[in-house]
Amino acid sequence: MLEVQSIAKTFNADTPNEVHSLRGVSFTLETGSWVIIIGTNGSGKSTFLNAVAGTFFVDGGSIRIAGKDVTAWPEYARAKFVGRVFQNPFSGTSPNLSIRENLSLAARRGRARGLGWGLKSSLVEKIREEVSRLNMGLEHRLENAIGSLSGGQRQALTLLMATWLRPELLLLDEHTAALDPKSADILIGLTEQVVARDKLTTLMVTHSMQQAASLGDRLIMMHRGQIIHDFQGAEKRRIRPDDLLARFEEVRRAEQLDETAAQMLAEKYI
Amino acid sequence: MSLLIATFTIGFVLSLLALGVFISFRIFAFPDITADGSITLGAAVAATLLAHGVYPPLASLAAFGAGLLAGACTGTLHTRFKINSLLSGILVMTALYSVNLHVMGRSNVPLLSVNTLVTQAERIGVRFTGGVVSFRLIGWEVSVRDASVLCAIVFAVALACTLLYLFLRTNLGMAMRATGDNVQMIRALGVNDSTMIVFGLAISNGLVALSGALLAQYQGFADVGMGIGMVVWGLASVIIGEALVGTNQVGLTIIGAVMGSVLFRLMVAVALRWGLSPNDLKLITAVFVFFALIVPQFLRKSRLRSAHA
Repeated sequence: MLEVQSIAKTFNADTPNEVHSLRGVSFTLETGSWVIIIGTNGSGKSTFLNAVAGTFFVDGGSIRIAGKDVTAWPEYARAKFVGRVFQNPFSGTSPNLSIRENLSLAARRGRARGLGWGLKSSLVEKIREEVSRLNMGLEHRLENAIGSLSGGQRQALTLLMATWLRPELLLLDEHTAALDPKSADILIGLTEQVVARDKLTTLMVTHSMQQAASLGDRLIMMHRGQIIHDFQGAEKRRIRPDDLLARFEEVRRAEQLDETAAQMLAEKYI
Repeated sequence: MSLLIATFTIGFVLSLLALGVFISFRIFAFPDITADGSITLGAAVAATLLAHGVYPPLASLAAFGAGLLAGACTGTLHTRFKINSLLSGILVMTALYSVNLHVMGRSNVPLLSVNTLVTQAERIGVRFTGGVVSFRLIGWEVSVRDASVLCAIVFAVALACTLLYLFLRTNLGMAMRATGDNVQMIRALGVNDSTMIVFGLAISNGLVALSGALLAQYQGFADVGMGIGMVVWGLASVIIGEALVGTNQVGLTIIGAVMGSVLFRLMVAVALRWGLSPNDLKLITAVFVFFALIVPQFLRKSRLRSAHA
């Protein structure tokens, strides 16, 4: 479903702030698979997701979604295949539009938008039905502007919007990170439901080791713009949060070792 | 009385300008200065065509089309060439000054003894009332000609408002509103936001140019300097309108912009009547918009302060 071939991205190239965010990441995602991505801060996990979504163009490598080479496609064109939920609850919805207007926009993701009436009564009925399934009582407030809702409610609606038309690929970018624990749990529950129901191919970045261990069928660990571990199948099922923390500790130690070694060499030879 | 009717008429004519500014400033949050040039462009195109004997509705439509083009230019400068929004508008506005002179061939075109939408409306009004020159309305002497022009413009503005309202609720119109509201979201839903901005600014300036075309026909001339400060005028109308209706529901804000335009024109007429020098008009307008922009901030701050106390 998703084939990424040695993509690279450098921000602020040729300046003192140069950052090599992605250093040749290659990765293939099978249809129907749910992959969790974890990594240290600045490891490039969100950058990786944004590269797939097309927020920016990569410096090298290629990206194929659903068999099509989308490397040179702008973000809005890739949206035909991709549903997204962002970390920031403000990013995924249009605050001044009503709940039903937001959802009706999502009902035409990647399709032509003409002078057809936006809120057909059949669509509004379907919206009411789907929104009531969120169990948040929002079905009675469909005409309210989304700006008046809480972060948890917005994220739930964003998830509903991202999956309204079954996406070939669902991208979740730490979509629970900005929520309180209870809202995060509810959202994870909804995520599990929709991914299982529609057998969605999903790429999810998370900070939570708990989520990383319990969700998905494959786990990728990133560090410094590269994939350093890829746990699949039985290995993924065995993993516990503590194992992941241990891996992070390993990475940290290896890094320190590098630095001290470099320092030692520098002292000796320079 | 005829002064009051004239005030209302100009208020309604300029409400199309207010609608245009509403689209660029409020829907897209795009400070589009092009309007200063495109209102004159509309007037110039319509006046020149009318002076050549073109059928008035057709001339007005051509003015609308010219405005569409001007807005699309600004939008393209901003989206395609990544020029700052304000600067894109300034560039097109400046260019339009020369364009307008070329269109008119001189600095102004009079429309005396030329068939216009206004003379057409007057003729229809006179025929409808069977040749009466004036009638009395609650003790006031009202000229049939003035009244029929006002009726015609109210009808035209109502039509424009309805069309705009319906448009903003179509799939395309909603995508436009969402583009101004949250670009990240609308891209993720597969909408090319650049196209939306170009398209939206085109419609905005089309309305502004139409307003200019009607203004020229009403006042009987087009002048190359008539657009100066018109953006601020439109912005003042939109702000007053928002204060009047006090919500951000689409339908009400559209009506608010029209009401704001008429009310603002009324306030100006009263101020001029009280002896305000016409030379000070732009200064007063600018100061008014300044206060209208900062008062909400002060209110918010004082509300925060009282909430803390």
